[in-house]
Amino acid sequence: MTMDDQVLERHGLTRDEYNRIVEMLGREPTFTELGIFSVMWSEHCSYKSSRVHLKTLPTTGRRVLQGPGENAGAVDIGDGYAAVFKIESHNHPSFIEPYQGAATGVGGIIRDIFTMGARPIALLNSLRFGSLEDPLVRRTVSGVVAGIAGYGNSIGIPTVGGEIGFDDSYTGNPLVNVFCLGISRADDIIKGTASGAGNPVYYVGAKTGRDGIHGATMASAEFDEKLEEKRPAVQVGDPFMEKLLLEACLEVMQTDALVGIQDMGAAGLTCSTCEMGSRGGAGVEIDVANVPQRETGMTPYEIMLSESQERMLLVVKKGREHDVERIFEKWDLHAVHIGQVTTDGKMRVKDRGEVVAEIPNPCLTDEAPVYRRPMQEPAYLREARRLSLDSLGQPLVARDALRALLAAPNVASKRWVYRQYDHMVRTNTLVVPGMGAGVVRVKETHRALALSTDCNGRFVYLDPYRGAQLAVAEASRNVACAGGLPIGATNCLNFGNPQKPEIMWQFAKAVEGMGAACRALDIPITGGNVSLYNETDGSAVLPTPVLGVVGLIENADRVVRRAFREAGEVIVLLGESRAELGGSEYLHVVHGLIRGVPPALDLEREAALQRLLVEGAASGLIRSAHDCAEGGLAITIAESCFDTGLGASIDVPGLEAGHFGDVVTLFGESASRVVVSVRAQQAAELLALARKAGVPAAAIGTVGGGAVRMSIDGRSVIDAPLVELEHLWSTSIESFFEKQRAIA
Amino acid sequence: MKFAVVVFPGSNCDHDAYYAAQHVLGQDAELIWHKDTSLKGADVVVLPGGFAHGDYLRTGAIARFSPIMQEVQRFAAGGGPVLGICNGFQVLLEAGMLPGAMLRNTVLQFRCEHVYVRVEQTDTPFTAACAPGQVLRIPIAHGEGNYYAEPDVVDRLEHNRQVIFRYATVSGDVTPAANPNGSLNNIAGICNETRNVVGLMPHPERACELAVGSADGLVLFESVLKALSHGAFASAR
Repeated sequence: MTMDDQVLERHGLTRDEYNRIVEMLGREPTFTELGIFSVMWSEHCSYKSSRVHLKTLPTTGRRVLQGPGENAGAVDIGDGYAAVFKIESHNHPSFIEPYQGAATGVGGIIRDIFTMGARPIALLNSLRFGSLEDPLVRRTVSGVVAGIAGYGNSIGIPTVGGEIGFDDSYTGNPLVNVFCLGISRADDIIKGTASGAGNPVYYVGAKTGRDGIHGATMASAEFDEKLEEKRPAVQVGDPFMEKLLLEACLEVMQTDALVGIQDMGAAGLTCSTCEMGSRGGAGVEIDVANVPQRETGMTPYEIMLSESQERMLLVVKKGREHDVERIFEKWDLHAVHIGQVTTDGKMRVKDRGEVVAEIPNPCLTDEAPVYRRPMQEPAYLREARRLSLDSLGQPLVARDALRALLAAPNVASKRWVYRQYDHMVRTNTLVVPGMGAGVVRVKETHRALALSTDCNGRFVYLDPYRGAQLAVAEASRNVACAGGLPIGATNCLNFGNPQKPEIMWQFAKAVEGMGAACRALDIPITGGNVSLYNETDGSAVLPTPVLGVVGLIENADRVVRRAFREAGEVIVLLGESRAELGGSEYLHVVHGLIRGVPPALDLEREAALQRLLVEGAASGLIRSAHDCAEGGLAITIAESCFDTGLGASIDVPGLEAGHFGDVVTLFGESASRVVVSVRAQQAAELLALARKAGVPAAAIGTVGGGAVRMSIDGRSVIDAPLVELEHLWSTSIESFFEKQRAIA
Repeated sequence: MKFAVVVFPGSNCDHDAYYAAQHVLGQDAELIWHKDTSLKGADVVVLPGGFAHGDYLRTGAIARFSPIMQEVQRFAAGGGPVLGICNGFQVLLEAGMLPGAMLRNTVLQFRCEHVYVRVEQTDTPFTAACAPGQVLRIPIAHGEGNYYAEPDVVDRLEHNRQVIFRYATVSGDVTPAANPNGSLNNIAGICNETRNVVGLMPHPERACELAVGSADGLVLFESVLKALSHGAFASAR
């Protein structure tokens, strides 16, 4: 048959790509084959635009047990244990159907982790939305948060952290990135491999329905006014089924009856079949007639492309079928024999014995198209990077700016969100959400893991290279503040349409910057996810390369939290403040601007700072630590007071910036800065250590009293009751939703 | 002393209860599969939190049909101490071992946070080591913890002193603001008429070590050790 252009367009394939398929197969593909190619060659599955750039990222290191290419990455955390982790996006489905989109995102990342033989113990999520003033955005936020809660809470994996940001660019294209971490024995990591001709292939989990067909293709296109039509491509989650699968699969993995296992995520049965075969250098043959189906009359095309959730594909050792079936029966699951491993390296799909697709695995995986797309520096940059403070008129006085920033959704407490997440189940959570990095202990050892996801999209927008470096620095600094040595990372790269040279340029520069920063800080990236086409009606999100970092805390009793501990402690600012206001939250909140040059970053200094933090935490010298990010020093000081009832007084030297001097001094966002507190008698010790480490440090004040007091060169600029500031900060986000309830 | 922690397929606080009994308290503990028919010589039974069978119907509605529940009923009828935590409490309600039912939280959202509960009665196996009126800081984590019963049932619970825990302020005042879910009379936990079966929505097993934020929940487990060692509640093996 000859494909007409419309059919190809519906499958997201170009004429060139189609011709290549014909050439590879030596014939025209069947309709089922066309569907299979379309999902495997989609941006989401093939990484065709991003692959050449991703290859430049550092992925190896002393502790890396598993780099990119498997379902998740893994790093050695000592005592024979591994941390298995990954971050993934579910942006497109979450906009179409917020609850199910987010819920199934959580479900998918959890499967990636237990597929590796690890028990999932922590979830984080990195979310971006438009302005909360917009009722449609509030609806999306409510749905996404409820979806994450609905899935994570019932399966019993705590959501211990993450971050949420708000910017108008995300209004029509929210970002929902979910991170999961699990623990396994280092020598028991399971691979998604099919090998051993004649070994049976099993299907287990939920039945296959028509939901999610072409989900991967949808995630590889922009949104337009035809949005409603895409709704059937969003899957529906069943966390109870996933819980059964999780427990049963971990039990099966305790036996030695398993050869390989993979979940059916994007591109469902298609992807799991060809990827497992490809990894093992083998072929896999299945008969779709044996696949459990939820609906009648499903075609092979639909069965192969369905993205129904909570399904796994297993390759079992021949002769051990009964052992595996018995364990699944215990959990009231039925493992169904749907095919076997072959020697010919092909994916062969039959329907009641008749071959409906036969494709050599490499055509779908390694030999899928790779593009080196054209790049061009975006025209907006030259103008956006120009920032003249003089043209902004009068700045807000410091005390008003502090209030405005504390109430800004990017800064304000996210309690409205995280109190909906079970963040304590499994009794490992040492630092709860909303307090910087989330920290979980690893009960099998004496250690703990600090976890943080970060990215400031404004910085990346204004300078993709440096912005991505700043994301790496911030995420790793956050885990270092808790006392964690950054030992591995996973990335989720959210960008617009890669076929636009300007977007591709942003992407390439960001990957380059991320790689350089990870190399400098010695943090290997063990896997991740790329989400492109985050555009609605042609307008892209802020480029948002999120980095999730895992930090190792050797002694779980020495975790450092962000809140000041007791009155009389000396407050020390580590790092250097410079007159930098570009891309800041202040400019965004007060002047509605995303402008200027992002803060400078010296990676050697950043590394030295992080080493000092880890060392100071391990020795018990550092009592509290909180990094300076959105809102700068003033916000960091205020947040360190919250939750304790302890006020603080600081005095800092003023920076030179004309009539914006106070603003820049208190709300500038210079990088590589952390506010720590120490016992008064140990302040000199910390300052000496910092000097030795090459980290600028200054004692800037003391903890105590019921007010937050800040002065510049001895001149008081802020003196506000702590309870008042805390109220502003802690109730801001929920007030948006209460207003909504009042209207309803 | 041996704790049996019942594992329904969707239990997710089973390991937390097991850990509290076995590792924090240093007692024997065993996870008992819901399809089992024996409590294996346990002295105390814990029905843990979670979503027993997914709870797409009513919370705990299917769990009461699990084979192990007959044995739990028999154990309780013989005077053995049974503690239902969160979903375990919901299962006890559905099984008719405690009166009342759960509605969705009045905020219509899941709530996970530390709350304060006041110990109302100390003559149960799970509060025997508490001081009367003692205030405990223990987390909740539920979407349906809004306790409801017919007025005459609530009257009877109050009259018989079967309300064991109430949501309160840090200083022990029972106020509407301290009520996180809309429960009648700020009820956080109750017992049966023979006082050996206790159910509560807050999670004491999550508050057994200062490292995870509070050790106030430990006293429930210490109570049952004390009660059993004094022979106050006959083992029903």
